Amino acid sequence: MNDRIAAVRDWFDARLPVTKFWQEHLSRYYAPKNLNFWYYFGSLAVLMLGVQLITGIFLTMNYKPTASTAFASVEYIMRDVEWGWLIRYIHANGASFFFIVIYLHMFRGLLYGSYKQPRELLWVFGMFLFVALMAEAFMGYLLPWGQMSYWGAQVIISLFGAIPYIGNDLALWIRGDYVVADATLNRFFSFHVIAIPLILLALIVFHLIALHSVGSNNPDGIEIKEKKDAKGIPLDGIPFHPYYTIKDTMGVIAFLFLFALVIFYKPEMNGWFLEHDNFIPANPLKTPQHIEPLWYFTPFYAILRAIPDKFLGVMAMGLSIVMLFLLPWLDRSPVKSIRYKGPIFKTALILFIVSFLGLAFIGTVPPTATATAFSRIFTVVYFAFFLLMPIYSRKDKTKTPPERVTYKK
Amino acid sequence: MKKRIVILFGLCLVAAGITVSTAVASEGVQLDKAPIDPYDKDSLRRGANYFVDYCFNCHSLAFSRYNRIARDLDIPEKEVAKKMLFTGAKIGDNMTISLQKDDAQHFFGNAPPDLSVEARARGVDWIYTYLRSFYRDPSRPWGVNNTVFKDVAMPHVLWELQGLQEAIKEPVTDESGETRNVITGFKLIQKGKLTPEQFDDVVRDIVNFLNYVGEPAKTKRLQVGRWVLGFLLIFFFIMWLLKKEYWRDIK
Repeated sequence: MNDRIAAVRDWFDARLPVTKFWQEHLSRYYAPKNLNFWYYFGSLAVLMLGVQLITGIFLTMNYKPTASTAFASVEYIMRDVEWGWLIRYIHANGASFFFIVIYLHMFRGLLYGSYKQPRELLWVFGMFLFVALMAEAFMGYLLPWGQMSYWGAQVIISLFGAIPYIGNDLALWIRGDYVVADATLNRFFSFHVIAIPLILLALIVFHLIALHSVGSNNPDGIEIKEKKDAKGIPLDGIPFHPYYTIKDTMGVIAFLFLFALVIFYKPEMNGWFLEHDNFIPANPLKTPQHIEPLWYFTPFYAILRAIPDKFLGVMAMGLSIVMLFLLPWLDRSPVKSIRYKGPIFKTALILFIVSFLGLAFIGTVPPTATATAFSRIFTVVYFAFFLLMPIYSRKDKTKTPPERVTYKK
Repeated sequence: MKKRIVILFGLCLVAAGITVSTAVASEGVQLDKAPIDPYDKDSLRRGANYFVDYCFNCHSLAFSRYNRIARDLDIPEKEVAKKMLFTGAKIGDNMTISLQKDDAQHFFGNAPPDLSVEARARGVDWIYTYLRSFYRDPSRPWGVNNTVFKDVAMPHVLWELQGLQEAIKEPVTDESGETRNVITGFKLIQKGKLTPEQFDDVVRDIVNFLNYVGEPAKTKRLQVGRWVLGFLLIFFFIMWLLKKEYWRDIK
């Protein structure tokens, strides 16, 4: 019997590198053995992409992308489609969970210096993924065609109008109309269901190829490939399969538990994941009192609002994301991991986290004088974290990382 | 290291807390808590009847179907046909109304909105308070105004049940030292068919029904959720044991 299976395997291997692929990327792909909690979020991001693709396919079967039918078709899914409510809640809450996972995944990179040499390109591909994901979420949010969908899109697209000379024409070109309208909905649908998912998938392939060529970083920020045994296997490396496939599956189940908790018991998350105003159909003649983007955009939205000039605000918002791209070249510290970095970097990181969360919160409240004052302080800290990094990361007193990874059983 | 991360996050939470406390206080009137119960089918059935009697002429439930309501609320379809199908609609139809939007705009100045997802847009407390907050105001076209929805175009449809109430106004001085007359309560000036307690119950039933209509799958969602979470919990335990077993040989 085993011979037959082996024969089938050999037949395939002669025609397609199945076994080679399996070994290279799973059973003989060596990952550091000391990967901790923060390293779950990579596999969870892949999981969320899968969840969004599958639920998205089923939603597309019943959703109707025209201005006159979109809102009603979402309610049709919620009521008349068998289990439609579940599919829709998974997809809508999935967007928020995707961002939670991605933000924690990025934060991991920040903690352990995963962007540093030789992983610069890996980080840059990840950043492109983040930008593509933001575009995907933004366009997807227009589709339910509620008040927040509509006015959120209206506000964000009008930002392009702030660009000198070409701005207004550019905004018009994006919308396909003078205001957000049927044409906008149609093209956003097309981008959301096919164009950007393709880009996301392509970028993930690059992200993973880059990862598997340089290997995972780890909480100690040292290269396990520098210490190998006689067979060329890293001394601190363990095969991804079965060790990390099992461990990550455990992480997936724990994550799904939290995900299900929200889907089944708090699908609106008090208006954070599904905004109340989005249960009112889009009305181009009635601007809501308070337009706020969903929580995952609010840090950048708060930076935009912190700057009094619209064009400069848009520039600052764009730059706040560009800063993240530049991270590999801004950090001049001789060590990667926060464990061995000095007090200045740690303080800077704490200030950065505080300002990022502060901006995230301010983006959700009306721009009062206090809120604006705070948003300006936080914006300055946000940019200072990046722009001053070449100086403070070099001056900081670092500790010497150990020769081998620290692993406690 | 772990301790440090925990401290780090603690600090972040404190900072977030500070920003939260500096945020603006929520504006608007104080809303009463709607004492609804999505599992109380008697209340839901009464609410459906009140809705059809008092609201359904002007407000549609366009995303909801008659037979879905019959099935979910355990009302025999024959009874639904007798009590709810006035317009020649069929039992499987959506609950639309005959009132044309243009006409409605003309009659009321503002077309009455569809109420299918109103409970999710406004919240149940809002509707519960709103329906009980009409007061006499001769300056308005229908002779009533509302504290929750100022200058609303809707007449006080439930007035024969509630009666008519008048606003109690008291001068209140705000932070800037300005004194204004603010409505602090209501006084019943004309008795209705029901006592105030009975009326509150009627409104509660209507709100309960609208809450159901807003998300008909809600009770099913809550029930299925238990099984899903239970399954994941057991599955996690098994995976945790499996992981421990596999990782035993890593030193």
